[in-house]
Amino acid sequence: MQQIPEIFPLILFYGWSGLLIAAAVGVITARNPVHSVLLLVLCFVISAAIWLLLRAEFLAVALVLVYVGAVMVLLLFVVMMLDINVERMREGLTRYAPLGVLVGLLLAAQLSSVWWLRRSGLEIAAPADSLAFEEGNTQALGTLLYTEHLYAFEIAGYILLLAIIGAITLTLRRRKGLRVQQVSEQVAVRPESRVRLVKMKTERDE
Amino acid sequence: MAELLANWLDFLPPEAIGALIDLVAIVAVTVVVILCVAYATYLERKVIGFMQLRQGPNRVGFRGLLQPFADVLKLLVKEIVIPGRANRWLFLTAPVLALVPALAAWAVVPLFPGFAVADLNAGLLYLLAMTSLGIYGIILAGWASNSKYALLGAMRSAAQMVAYEIAMGFALVGVLMAAGSLNLGVIVEKQAGGVGNWFILPLLPLFLVYFISGIAETNRAPFDVAEGESEIVAGFHVEYGGATFAMFFLAEYANMILIATLTAVLFLGGWDSPFAGLIDRQWPVVGILAAPGLFWLAAKTFLFLFVFLWLRATFPRYRYDQIMRLGWKVFIPVTLVWIGVEAVLSVLDIGPFK
Repeated sequence: MQQIPEIFPLILFYGWSGLLIAAAVGVITARNPVHSVLLLVLCFVISAAIWLLLRAEFLAVALVLVYVGAVMVLLLFVVMMLDINVERMREGLTRYAPLGVLVGLLLAAQLSSVWWLRRSGLEIAAPADSLAFEEGNTQALGTLLYTEHLYAFEIAGYILLLAIIGAITLTLRRRKGLRVQQVSEQVAVRPESRVRLVKMKTERDE
Repeated sequence: MAELLANWLDFLPPEAIGALIDLVAIVAVTVVVILCVAYATYLERKVIGFMQLRQGPNRVGFRGLLQPFADVLKLLVKEIVIPGRANRWLFLTAPVLALVPALAAWAVVPLFPGFAVADLNAGLLYLLAMTSLGIYGIILAGWASNSKYALLGAMRSAAQMVAYEIAMGFALVGVLMAAGSLNLGVIVEKQAGGVGNWFILPLLPLFLVYFISGIAETNRAPFDVAEGESEIVAGFHVEYGGATFAMFFLAEYANMILIATLTAVLFLGGWDSPFAGLIDRQWPVVGILAAPGLFWLAAKTFLFLFVFLWLRATFPRYRYDQIMRLGWKVFIPVTLVWIGVEAVLSVLDIGPFK
């Protein structure tokens, strides 16, 4: 193991955190919604980098894989399809401003309560000692999920399965009179059923 | 090599030497990949040329061997045209976003015994994450160009990549179940000892699904509806020219070589020799055939790369709805069933699944 100077991770942490906050501010201030989505992608990537600093490599890669690689692609897809008129969105600003301020205050209160609990000496969560796992934390995480937290894990799996089935049934419409291709019939086609070869004389004998 | 470098640079602190060695490895792998890309284009033109009874490039250098460099020079000196109403910033970022994941994925590929630029424990997951990032370059190129052909190409490509990524992921789940590890080096070591130990036979359905999904994922013929010259001109990169186009080109071929290499690593034992079980390493002359090494990985990669070109010369383009059907209704069920079979076999200790 290489000896890394203590100051180096700190510089990385504060650098990335600063970038993360800047990108998050960018998400809500960007005029173009596509830029907002891309800045959100940047937020996810930086968060993954910060997790890597904690040596939580599984979580970091899973965050990139699931959120950046799948969820945000679909979100970007949707946002690109929208015809967004910025002027029209501005109209509702005064109407929704009180609600926005309320939500903002609630969030600020929650965050400050965490800070306050920390200050009063209450231990909220012990920092994970990820170096303790020799096999790497992917295996450690798997072992925990499939032994101690098996029920919670399986219940979460079933809820997700239900959500998938629900989403499919909601969008599935059976319309009558639709001419759908029957792939099995297409594959089963033989030349004999489509083409009739006829023997004909090319020319009449003179 | 690394020790020599460390001795020579012993005036530096050890962390700096480590970083320097990593840097050298990164640059070496990247340069080799880019050179391979250059000659993959030459190979493609020659192979398809011979298949169509033509000569292929034969004017620049001996038998056209310098053609890739002539192409690069031409692309680099061309003017980059930015469409008037395009989103300038995203238009220029998109090719970079396409290229970077294609090169970054090479970090975890084990090239010869004991070497990968980054020997990650979660290497397989990292690969999946990197290959899923390549889609941003294509979507953004399509959107930022402000052209309907480009947007259509980007939409097709996005839907296709999302569909085939799932099948690809499931195929990788099968591999990691057989190997019991996410580390690519360990996966190769598990397959050591000749053809009989390779995953290609026990995981044959997953191998086929993985390779075909890989072709779809790289938008290569017969899955190249994202480019579709006859329908949407050139798809997502219609508006790109010169160096920016070259970057998309580089990304596509780097991805092709990556998929070919990964198929070799995951299913054909990577750098392991196919004769390892048949020939003793101690035998004179032929014994060298049983030794593992970069040569075997390169040979297997070349084989799959050739199949990429062969398919392109052979098959007409898939229709869009058929692509979607193949991805969602054929490949995903096949992988799911085979993962189930594999799970049952490994619980019962049958066959190679222990």
